[in-house]
Amino acid sequence: MATLVDIKDLAIAYGKAPPVLAGFTAALERGSFTAVVGPSGVGKSTLLRVLAGLTAPAAGTVDMPMQPEKGRRPVALVFQEARLLPWRRVLENVSFGLEGTGLSKVERTARAQETLDLVGLGQMGGRWPHQLSGGQRQRINLARALSVRPDLLLLDEPFSALDAITRQSLQDELLRLWHETRTTMLFVTHDLDEAVYLADRVVLLGGKPAGIVRDFPVDLARPRERDTVNFSDAVREIRAALSESVNDGAGI
Amino acid sequence: MHRTLLAALGLIAFLLLWEAAPRFGFVSPLFVPPPSGLPAAFLREIQAGYWVSAVLASLRHYALGLALGTGLGVALGIATALYDGLDAALSWVIRLLRPVPGLAWVPFAIVWFGISETAATFIIIIGVFWINFYAAYGAAKAVDKDLLEVADAFGHRGTLAKLFKIVLPGSTAGILAGARTGLGQAWMAVVAAELFGVPGLGQRMMQASSLLATEVVVVYMITIAALYGLTDTLFVQLRDRLLRWQR
Repeated sequence: MATLVDIKDLAIAYGKAPPVLAGFTAALERGSFTAVVGPSGVGKSTLLRVLAGLTAPAAGTVDMPMQPEKGRRPVALVFQEARLLPWRRVLENVSFGLEGTGLSKVERTARAQETLDLVGLGQMGGRWPHQLSGGQRQRINLARALSVRPDLLLLDEPFSALDAITRQSLQDELLRLWHETRTTMLFVTHDLDEAVYLADRVVLLGGKPAGIVRDFPVDLARPRERDTVNFSDAVREIRAALSESVNDGAGI
Repeated sequence: MHRTLLAALGLIAFLLLWEAAPRFGFVSPLFVPPPSGLPAAFLREIQAGYWVSAVLASLRHYALGLALGTGLGVALGIATALYDGLDAALSWVIRLLRPVPGLAWVPFAIVWFGISETAATFIIIIGVFWINFYAAYGAAKAVDKDLLEVADAFGHRGTLAKLFKIVLPGSTAGILAGARTGLGQAWMAVVAAELFGVPGLGQRMMQASSLLATEVVVVYMITIAALYGLTDTLFVQLRDRLLRWQR
């Protein structure tokens, strides 16, 4: 497989404070699904923000597709909270990222409708965001990012605020979309079960400044079953490594 | 229905009290002209042609002054909210000009524009400018930073793109609240702007009060109240249409 994103010696710092992340080097294969886990405050979200272009890195290089093409943006971000624009109807929220990519209004609407169908909310285009449930809002959040047909989709704990049943159905939904679109996924979560269920690679961040502590390949067959021994073993192995890195960091 | 009934009863009680006070000799009819005398006074004003021409002239000053004052206030309010440099540069200019009452500008309006419709319009512009300036400034400053970040994440990084996609729609509710206050303020300014001789409702009120024709003064007070009621009702409809995305 070809490399889509190549991160070399990345450092991230806020102002003059010591860097949150330093010497971070990683590559993402095209079409892969990578989960990033680690203790809270370790810099998982910050890493996504840098890749999304919202924060400038202090040092290092990120080699990834940057040039927008007609009707496409190379990178899209799914926020933790839905962050829909309340004054736009659902369909216009989905087409938000398409504006300025060279598509006509008719083409944008058609693409937004197509993406809305893809996330199973094709009938909801005319609703206002406040008329949706939390799960529906996250689907729109996802559709808004998918509509620009990104090479790389960044997801920042997108299902963390949802109830368990909605969360599991959206996880399955995301896997289906991944199979259909073959978009490269980088998924930040603090839920190890979610990481093992979704990803074919789980990267554990830790330390101060943070770096990659361990890189776990997840070779379980899909569709994955949570109630199997192999699944539990994989989660347990990552949890052990996580606890260990947290204890090291605390100086115990 | 219950509320409408209570509103009608309140108004009737108010009118009865108003009528009773001069009629039973508690106060002189000159001080408080009884409402029963108002229709006749109203008819006289209409027949003499004063009423229609005064209303039309004042509406012209009102519409122009309100539109310009609101537009300028909102534009400068949003510009200062968006550009910190402008905000800093203007902060003491604004503190200097803000407390000057509208009436204090009358001598300057006369010196600059003469006793003209332009002068009256200028006074109305001043009367609504600051309300709209502060409402727009506050609303634009309060726009959700998270949504501005959504614009950044989806490639809308220029100031103009952010202005039209996030800042303006996000501050519409606050801007409209300011504009509605200005709507009433502008009618007060109309009277002040016409006191110095520009034809309109204010001038006609001054003429009537110098002749002690207090019932005519009340006719014009009610006229202004009715015009305000009409503009405010229309405005609320427009606002509800513009904000129909709110729950």
